Amino acid sequence: MLSKRVIPCLDVNAGKLTKGIRFKDNAVIGDPVESAKLYYEEGADEIVFYDITASAEGRGIMLQVVEEVARNIFIPFSVGGGISTLEDMRAVLLAGSEKVSVNSAAVENPRIIAEGAEAFGSQCIVVGMDVLKTDKSGQIPSGYEVVIHGGRKRVHLDALQWAAEVERLGAGEICLNSIDADGTREGYELELTRLVAQKVRIPVIASGGAGHPEHMVQAVTEGLASAALIASIIHYGEFSITGIKEYMYQAGIKVRRTW
Amino acid sequence: MIAILDYSAGNLTSVKRALDHEQIPCEVTSDAQTLKNSAGIIFPGVGAAGSAMRNLISSGLDENLKDLIRSGKPMLGICLGCQIILYESMENNTRTLGIIPGQCRRFQDDLRDEMQNLINIPHMGWNSVQLHNHCELFKDVDEEAEFYFVHSYYPVPAQDFVLGTTRYGLEFCSVFGRTGLWAMQFHPEKSGRPGLKILNNFYRYCLEHDHA
Repeated sequence: MLSKRVIPCLDVNAGKLTKGIRFKDNAVIGDPVESAKLYYEEGADEIVFYDITASAEGRGIMLQVVEEVARNIFIPFSVGGGISTLEDMRAVLLAGSEKVSVNSAAVENPRIIAEGAEAFGSQCIVVGMDVLKTDKSGQIPSGYEVVIHGGRKRVHLDALQWAAEVERLGAGEICLNSIDADGTREGYELELTRLVAQKVRIPVIASGGAGHPEHMVQAVTEGLASAALIASIIHYGEFSITGIKEYMYQAGIKVRRTW
Repeated sequence: MIAILDYSAGNLTSVKRALDHEQIPCEVTSDAQTLKNSAGIIFPGVGAAGSAMRNLISSGLDENLKDLIRSGKPMLGICLGCQIILYESMENNTRTLGIIPGQCRRFQDDLRDEMQNLINIPHMGWNSVQLHNHCELFKDVDEEAEFYFVHSYYPVPAQDFVLGTTRYGLEFCSVFGRTGLWAMQFHPEKSGRPGLKILNNFYRYCLEHDHA
């Protein structure tokens, strides 16, 4: 039986973590490679790196980070943030990442999903979706709207329609981030997660709002997600990945407990 | 030296990185002589069966591999490299190498998991392997260990070759082969410490049975 995945997300800016993580053992605060190793040792099932670097110069540093991570951890990891061309995808995959994540660029140019899937295989292509709850309307029948550029730009695109479209184009997975829930620590947007998970056959990763291991249990039961993305809940040391997985296990969820 | 077969199919570097980390000497190659001189061959691969077979045939590697296996060269097929060892694949309706009898089938859309939810396709993530027959490569690997899978097609080898199975909508064969010729659907190079252990066990076997 497939285990539900717990996936820490690390925001990287010019090769440094934007939020330092707790000091433990030899983990250097602010170093994405050391943090990835720590989470690998603690039983992360996968790791997501989100590159928030604005400059082209910083992007080169990210590739070095990816190479260094790939030499040290032997679980899948993905890289997202600013990926907009096949060449961007090729560069991070060659550097050793398993998957690439496209977000705004996929909305602006959906063909990138099909081209990426054709060139590298669907299993590589994760589509990140930032979603805002809104009034139901003709344009947005589900009441959930896709927004881009970190939520700054509305494109009048229905989240469920977009999810079906990215699956049709060949995406291998959807990382579904609720802008409303993000940062609240009050739990994932479960209704949205469930609607998207029921709409598509590819795996859905719930993102945004995790504040307690119970939220991850909810994401994979009520929300029907295949995986839960977590960030601040572990970066600040309130919970460890091991502890979260133990909690989920006790709640009857199949998680990977031996590594 | 372990030869990692390069037949222009997907991610070869992740296997190399894992072997490098374990300090197992290895070389990514498509050269017949290098393959012959190796202590064992890893046949990796992510991608589609059709294009992979075309690459193997056009380079003559298909016949090379069969000769090497006949000669007793240890081999480990991973993911697509495991599927392609069989007779045929439903993916692109491809006739594959035909080293072990069997075929590769696609997960059917109507399969449901233990909670009665329709399964996601591809099968992506960590799952367990139940061993039904002894497999040297699983020596000292925890029975509870899980492995990283990502695939939409699954192998159906002849029953005699089944070593281990995995549940996902149905029970499918995830490890098969015989001593010296192993195939696994999951990615040991991406399965954390238990996966690295399997790669080490393969290397150890190769060293002990080096015919080169």
